[in-house]
Amino acid sequence: MDLNITWFLLVGVLIGGYAVLDGFDLGVGSLYPLLGKTEEQRLILLQSIGPFWDGNEVWLLTGAGAIFAAFPLVYASVFSGFYLAMMLVLLALILRVIAVEFRNQAETLEWRTRLDVLFFLGSFLPALLFGVAMGNIARGLPLNSAHYYTGGFFGLLNPYALLIGFLGLFAFLLQGNSYVLLKTDGVLQEKARRLFLFIWASCLTLYVLASLYTYAAVPALFANYQKYTWFLIAPLLSVVGLAAAPWLVKTARYGWALLASSATMLGFIATLGLGMYPSLVPALNPGLSLTIYNASSSALTLKAMLIIALTGMPIVLFYTIYVYRVFRGKVDIYGEGYSGKNNHGAWPPGGGIVR
Amino acid sequence: MDAVFLSRLQFGLTAFFHFLFPPLTIGLATVIAIIEYYYWRRGKELYDQMARFWFKIFAILFAVGVASGITMEFQFGTNWSEYSKFVGDIFGAPLAAEGVFAFFLESTFVGLLLFGRDKISRNMRFASSVLVAVGSTLSAFWIIVANSWQQTPTAYRIEGGRAVLTDFSAAVFNPSTLPRFLHTVDAAYITGAFFVMGISAYFLLRNRNTEIAGKSLKIAIILALIGVLAQFFLGHSHSVQVAQTQPVKLAAFEGIWDTQTHASLNIIGFPDVNKEITHFSIGIPGLLSWMVHGHSDTAISGLKAFAPGDRPLILATYWSYRLMLLAAAWFAILVSWGAYLLFKGRLYNNRPFLIAAMYSMLLPVLVNELGWMAAEFGRQPWIVYGLLRTNLAASPLPAYQILLTIVLFILVYSGLLMGVCYLVKREVKKASGEIPHQLETGPISMMTDIR
Repeated sequence: MDLNITWFLLVGVLIGGYAVLDGFDLGVGSLYPLLGKTEEQRLILLQSIGPFWDGNEVWLLTGAGAIFAAFPLVYASVFSGFYLAMMLVLLALILRVIAVEFRNQAETLEWRTRLDVLFFLGSFLPALLFGVAMGNIARGLPLNSAHYYTGGFFGLLNPYALLIGFLGLFAFLLQGNSYVLLKTDGVLQEKARRLFLFIWASCLTLYVLASLYTYAAVPALFANYQKYTWFLIAPLLSVVGLAAAPWLVKTARYGWALLASSATMLGFIATLGLGMYPSLVPALNPGLSLTIYNASSSALTLKAMLIIALTGMPIVLFYTIYVYRVFRGKVDIYGEGYSGKNNHGAWPPGGGIVR
Repeated sequence: MDAVFLSRLQFGLTAFFHFLFPPLTIGLATVIAIIEYYYWRRGKELYDQMARFWFKIFAILFAVGVASGITMEFQFGTNWSEYSKFVGDIFGAPLAAEGVFAFFLESTFVGLLLFGRDKISRNMRFASSVLVAVGSTLSAFWIIVANSWQQTPTAYRIEGGRAVLTDFSAAVFNPSTLPRFLHTVDAAYITGAFFVMGISAYFLLRNRNTEIAGKSLKIAIILALIGVLAQFFLGHSHSVQVAQTQPVKLAAFEGIWDTQTHASLNIIGFPDVNKEITHFSIGIPGLLSWMVHGHSDTAISGLKAFAPGDRPLILATYWSYRLMLLAAAWFAILVSWGAYLLFKGRLYNNRPFLIAAMYSMLLPVLVNELGWMAAEFGRQPWIVYGLLRTNLAASPLPAYQILLTIVLFILVYSGLLMGVCYLVKREVKKASGEIPHQLETGPISMMTDIR
């Protein structure tokens, strides 16, 4: 396995890690208006992701850094090519940070509602647009000889990309919903249970539609699967995840259900990634495609980066798992829970609203 | 307005806004780690309260730092794609390393302290506070590695129009990395210390919260004193490095036009770009040559030694640097004053000092920006010094799109700035009892349906 393939896989791991981890908090944010009808429910939802969302978002930043370091031409070409869409996602993510961090500080109902809207939009837009971006890349982009995208902003909103966008959105919703099932109980959990089948069925339907559409419109994505049969592990992972999820939810094995949903998500990403291999950004004119070879950094840089990744990431995983363990169990906004002893006025406990 | 100008404007605006926060949070995280150390060793309730109070403010500032930092990670690609292609082999690695070694550490342990302070042991609590401080300092290290390579590119060869890495550790520790890292991180400690000094002074002036304020003020003054004293050496050694690696930048810092021996250290003067002289220049004769080279008879290159097209933005560079130095002089006076009062045991009721400290609270934040501007204006017209010109580095974007995003950034960031000022002020006023603590109305009001 050469360095370029290693980095292809590692970037995949970072994107997958981001989708799985930030996936559940983006999902919670996108489901927020549906699930959080009362102030109590909203506080529980926010509290459930409170300690984690920031760390989860670092996967995105690190992923971007890794693409810059390992495949600079992809970083330069895609991010500038998708300029307005990219900026929209960034602004949404910024507003989301503000909403999550400052909602507990807001004293009036008006402000809390405003920040609730920001939290929803800041979660929903990225959850949808990441898929749209993936769809566009998988479909093949109009690139010029300098590898710049020439399709314009509205060219990104084609039916195929939108379909992949919705598939991605529902995968995020499935992830968020499973997380809510795991971290809450009572009314909120019951609501999430009732929502589950709808999200799951939509996800499945979109998956079937997307596969058919891909077969018709982007047959090139299937070529690798004929060439390397073992690549079929990726779609199999999604299928197994999707098949297992309803049963796991029905039998109240919510931790496993979250795992199944994560497998579905990882399977989706791997399916697209392996389908494109060795391209990273297929061009409509195949000669102009950015591949793991023509878009990569030098072997020396890839090697240095590999050392950084192999020393750094195990440590990251170690303390990330530790922190998730500290906060294991159901969210409890009243007692010890996440909120700490109230006699210290610990922030943010979710102080009540003054009316 | 052309696209390059707009991309520069946007990068400048977003980086300026972002850079308001990291030095504050690095400094504040350090103060908090010191307080947590005392709590860990002595277990006194007072240290616990102090740590909680400062951490609340830290969390607000950290959130805005995170929010504004998201943009920075992507902007090289979105707006500077030609730059990204040119430097990707070298510049991307430190950004990725920053994520792996620093961002994960900071954000994970900030989350742990914010939500789990009471769920972890006292040992773990201290360890987490230290890890937050270490994480934010490491993040400064890696981003300065990246930026320093732009200033003093090293360990590369040009191949197919791109800079290709030849030695990773030589690129990381390029000639300006350590001087700039130490200078900047020390500035961050000063920034955090001044911030704590200012808020503590506010409490003491109002005679509120005096225990927390007194202890915090003491810690902050000692940290500020160490920081300012160290900065004399660190700032100096950074300038010496600039003289060696970017002489034209030093000439702009000092407003020197003609190459000269016995060059004097400029105190004040008014450079005139058209006439190529510096009016009303007052300086200390020979000192600059002596400071840079150790003898006053060594020559210092003047701006005229460089073609006009290779000179930086002289006025912007000169005045940012000059104002930074003036402010540094004030910092030295203020902390010496404070340290003297502390030594004499008259610190807590000396109103003039407390008022001065209160009003100087955010000065270092602005001075950090001046230092950054001096460094970056002084690098122009190069985006990678000597290798790639800024006007050749931008993405081929339509100008109206950049204009649109600039407007959006200005809107969002001004809202953010107002929000953060309001929240920090409110936190301080709550602690001083000027406004009541947020009422804990408890379960009943939380259960009420919001709609």
